[in-house]
Amino acid sequence: MENHYDHLQEMLTRVDGFIYPNEIELHWGILVVVYPYVTGLVAGAFILASLERVFNVKVLKPTYHIALLTALAFLLTATLPLVSHLSQPGRAFQIMVTPNPNSAMAIFGFVYLWYLMVVLLLEIWFDYRRDIVIWSREKKGLLKWVYKIMTIGIFDLSPKSIEWDKKIGYFITVVGIPSAFLLHGYVGFIFGSVKANPWWSSVLMPVIFLFSAMVSGIALVMLVYMIVSFIRRVKIDMKVLDTIAKYLFYILIIDFSLEALDQIHRIYEAEESFEIISLLVSGKLSITLGLIQLFLGTLIPLFALGLFQLYKPANRIRKWVYFIVGFLVLIGIFFMRWNVVIGGQLFSKSFYGFTSFKLQLIGSEGLWMAILWMVVPVLILAFLLWLLPPWKRVPE
Amino acid sequence: MGIKKSRPSRREFLKSASALTGVAVATFIGAPFNGVVIASEPAGAKGPWYGYGIDIEKCIGCGRCANACKNENNVPQKPYYFRTWIEQYTIKNDGSIHIESPNGGVDGFEQKIPEEEIFKSFFVPKMCNHCHKSPCVQVCPVGATYDSPEGVVLIDDSYCIGCRYCVQACPYGCRYIHPEKKVVDKCSLCYHRIKKGMNPACVEVCPTNARIFGDLRDKEGPLVEFLRTHTCQVLKPHLNTGSKLYYNALSAEVR
Repeated sequence: MENHYDHLQEMLTRVDGFIYPNEIELHWGILVVVYPYVTGLVAGAFILASLERVFNVKVLKPTYHIALLTALAFLLTATLPLVSHLSQPGRAFQIMVTPNPNSAMAIFGFVYLWYLMVVLLLEIWFDYRRDIVIWSREKKGLLKWVYKIMTIGIFDLSPKSIEWDKKIGYFITVVGIPSAFLLHGYVGFIFGSVKANPWWSSVLMPVIFLFSAMVSGIALVMLVYMIVSFIRRVKIDMKVLDTIAKYLFYILIIDFSLEALDQIHRIYEAEESFEIISLLVSGKLSITLGLIQLFLGTLIPLFALGLFQLYKPANRIRKWVYFIVGFLVLIGIFFMRWNVVIGGQLFSKSFYGFTSFKLQLIGSEGLWMAILWMVVPVLILAFLLWLLPPWKRVPE
Repeated sequence: MGIKKSRPSRREFLKSASALTGVAVATFIGAPFNGVVIASEPAGAKGPWYGYGIDIEKCIGCGRCANACKNENNVPQKPYYFRTWIEQYTIKNDGSIHIESPNGGVDGFEQKIPEEEIFKSFFVPKMCNHCHKSPCVQVCPVGATYDSPEGVVLIDDSYCIGCRYCVQACPYGCRYIHPEKKVVDKCSLCYHRIKKGMNPACVEVCPTNARIFGDLRDKEGPLVEFLRTHTCQVLKPHLNTGSKLYYNALSAEVR
């Protein structure tokens, strides 16, 4: 408690101009940055997977299962940053039991469960069902039982049942695309619908969140594919990388255009909040928005990926550039969330001043907690890739 | 060859125009226009419908209201938590605006700007606006923030999960997280007092009667009288929150 007061005391000395007295405390910290970031990775990875299945982009076959498992790994932990940032985490279940139907946040639990249970888990299960049955027969010891449990007692491998698996899997992917849109568009709506905050309140917010989600998810799957290939010591299929990079380029253009449109609209309309927001962008957000999100995270990747559409240097160079671009895009989108969540709280709702944000290391809102919720899904992904290796699937 | 313009006949024009007018008039009579300043009440409700008035011309910035509120409602004494506070606005001759609220005005104010530089100066007490269409009630995921039948926005301490979405949604900065209770907190209009027929603590202690509490349905009451005899405005009317906190002599600088 004393720590908290010391922190607020320090924040009080950092106030610039006038803020309402209750605004000293900045309420949504880094965990609320991690939450839309992780959710976005899920939606983006799933949409990349659906490219192969529904839109028949056959080149992407090697990344299909990696994308699905990535989506699952991150989705499993998506709610945890949110729950750990609550002042009363023990009451989190109330959102599911007595939701307020008017609240954008209340519906999250249901959207989340729908996506986890109905879309991702079912799709992965139908996809792997045949392999799980075969593995449950071949493997020994504990693993045999793990696979047996995963079959939930269905061992039917007749051609007819396999045919049905495929049909149902396809159907779920078709349902999954709008669900992925819903999952992340909805996250954008949580911010976009706050009329008290002019930095958030924008009808474009859900769309921007959605496209930035696709950008980050695609970049993540590209990196995971490269790293997994490196660890397995197999040759990276450059056709796969080039195709992913092509989609990344297209979606990045849309994302960039949407964000530019949002800003141009603000500048041209120049409403009551314009002065404070321009001070925010040119001041407190100049590094995270101007340098990291815009320059490193958007312009450089756009330039590199755009160049490769016209001119293709040697595989080795492309591979490295793709790796760096994927990394930059992931950093850029993280700071896009940062600029929305933290940036939106740096200026007073009186529009007369600024507060500041000091990242704390420990505590439920600290940096370590945020890193934990970023590392756990990576570990889960490693486990899932070990349990359900896409490259060891039994050929039909 | 000339271009033929298709022209609606006068009869057709009159027909459609009168139909449109009829619909508009019918809508108007069916649901009479309700301005933003006087928040619309829930239809068919009975009993009191509470609102609040603040006369900026009368406020002397003594801070007794903010102090009394902290004591009455166990608001932490630390200078980061306020159910009500006072802002001091000073507009200098050069047009610049200086706003201060040291410790929410609990300890009173000191004018630091030399008198000859001041164009005008005034105090603005702030608190929860008890909006009829409050954004905080709208966003609360579990319904822990709710409207009482008397139009008071209240918080259920035992239900709040501390997600702080309401803090983000409140345009007026009225909410804080209670550091001991770990739930959100804000002005309750001293609900425990007004239910017994008493005034909220801040109204009780105001030495100049700058704060007026009352029932908006009581047409003879002090609040309606205040609204009738003064030119009142609410804060941030463009946000359409249905605020029931009315200010007399609200200057354009105040947000």
